[in-house]
Amino acid sequence: MSLISRGFRGRRPADAQRQSLPPGQYETRDFPVLSAGPTPHTPLAKWDFTIRDVHGKLARWNWDELNALPRTRLTTDIHCVTKWSKFGTNWEGVSIDTLLVEAAKRGLNPAPHTMAVCDGGYTTNVPLADLTDGKGMVAFIYEGAPLPPEHGGPARLLVPHLYFWKSAKWVRELRLMERDQAGFWESLGYHIYGDPWREQRYTGDP
Amino acid sequence: MREGASVSDATRLDGNAAAGLLSEMFACDITTARATCVDCGSTDSIGAMHLYVHGMGAVLRCAGCECVVLRVARTPTHLWLDATGSRSIAIPTNPASPGGG
Amino acid sequence: MTAPVAAPARRIEWRSATIAKVIEETSTVRTLILDVPGWPGHRAGQHVDVRLTAEDGYQTQRSYSIASAPEDARVALTIERLREGEVSSYLCGEVHEGDRFELRGPIGGYFVWDVSERGPLLLVAGGSGIVPLMAMLRHRAAALADTKARRALPARLLYSSRRWSDVIYRAELERLAAGDDDVLQVRHTITREPPPQWNGFHRRIDRAMLAEVSWPPAERPRIFICGPTPLVEFAATELSALGHDSALIKTERFGPTGAT
Repeated sequence: MSLISRGFRGRRPADAQRQSLPPGQYETRDFPVLSAGPTPHTPLAKWDFTIRDVHGKLARWNWDELNALPRTRLTTDIHCVTKWSKFGTNWEGVSIDTLLVEAAKRGLNPAPHTMAVCDGGYTTNVPLADLTDGKGMVAFIYEGAPLPPEHGGPARLLVPHLYFWKSAKWVRELRLMERDQAGFWESLGYHIYGDPWREQRYTGDP
Repeated sequence: MREGASVSDATRLDGNAAAGLLSEMFACDITTARATCVDCGSTDSIGAMHLYVHGMGAVLRCAGCECVVLRVARTPTHLWLDATGSRSIAIPTNPASPGGG
Repeated sequence: MTAPVAAPARRIEWRSATIAKVIEETSTVRTLILDVPGWPGHRAGQHVDVRLTAEDGYQTQRSYSIASAPEDARVALTIERLREGEVSSYLCGEVHEGDRFELRGPIGGYFVWDVSERGPLLLVAGGSGIVPLMAMLRHRAAALADTKARRALPARLLYSSRRWSDVIYRAELERLAAGDDDVLQVRHTITREPPPQWNGFHRRIDRAMLAEVSWPPAERPRIFICGPTPLVEFAATELSALGHDSALIKTERFGPTGAT
């Protein structure tokens, strides 16, 4: 056991809604920025979002096309593996369900797993079943305003029922896969699935 | 996809700031070590590379091309290292040698 | 204690540090003088990791630059209290003599300087970025006993602070410069309200200021820049643009808020 420093208490949640906090988390009121690389600044004129199936078939939307699709709004809590949780965040974007319907019209076939691929090279893997039925979206509005670059703007993946490293910033592509593959953090000690309610932070956590 | 990547970023630190975390792994201070980026081939001191660090881990990127040279993460039971972004790492065995930069 | 120059590479472990003395440097900055049994010595510019553990096991750590010279008997850390700082508000508030915490180091072989380096020394500091640079100046004063030796290794410090009351080590810097016959020059720039009758720089660091303070690139000064990221980045770019070899420019960014 490490040496205990007299009188040190650290940051404690003032009035944690403890029933809403996953195990090991504390509430924050701010929105910390965690990045694995420099903030990309892709001009909207060059931005697009792609779904790619296992046969290499693509469904692609440019910024205007994405914005023209039916929108979905979500108020949700988010949980970072570094132990902060933020309650009641407000998002707007296009649900993965909507995008998959559009993709199916263009002949794409689903697959059980996905890899989100982002500007700057970040990746994260999410089972398709964790993105459908309203569980995931491509989000581009946060608290009523365009998503700021440091928080993933122009658009990020939002999958709030999993640890927030799965809500990949600067997402550009969702690659459908037959088998699960580890993304950026999942290949470096973090849990392949990442359920905050079962505290699945690290590789090997049950 | 590296389109539009910003070269300068307020969240970035120098590789020197990763010295504590990296020292756990290498049993010595490796910020004077020189790593060769597998992407662009340039060689630089780890201390001079671009560091993005937060509670999940540390990512060291080449100062020239921003490609990932080293990734480090600490979990309760392990230290994880991915050095596949560096072709080689040269760690000086005599720490008193000058001009580590 | 003399600096061990040829120390073998060794595992850096957590050690116990006891606060021997507390010095209030400014209203928001404090120096802790520490007893660290087994301290292996350090080089000017290095830092330590400080780890705090609460009674329930909660733990967190931060990095702080070592303020003391390698020649000093004890390790000194100078810490700025940040408004939202979990660790800095504890170390700049609650703690007193006799308190203990864990410390690991010295760390960092890149941003270091000692008198064996040839060439003039140019230091650029923003706010609490002065700390590792002060270790360098203290080392220079301790290691170069006579004026001839110091004349061979001139040093200049450009130090940016918001207000005169924010300047850390103010009196000591004045004393070091006064005792060094112009071979150590300390130039302050104050970016907010200057003191009365101020005839020094009164603006953010810019290219003209750097050009005025620095030696010509042909002199090949060793350059160390430390402070908030935007200041460090700007100064490094400008000094490079002025013709200084970027291999001689070393930076330590303290992050967007200006301290770790």
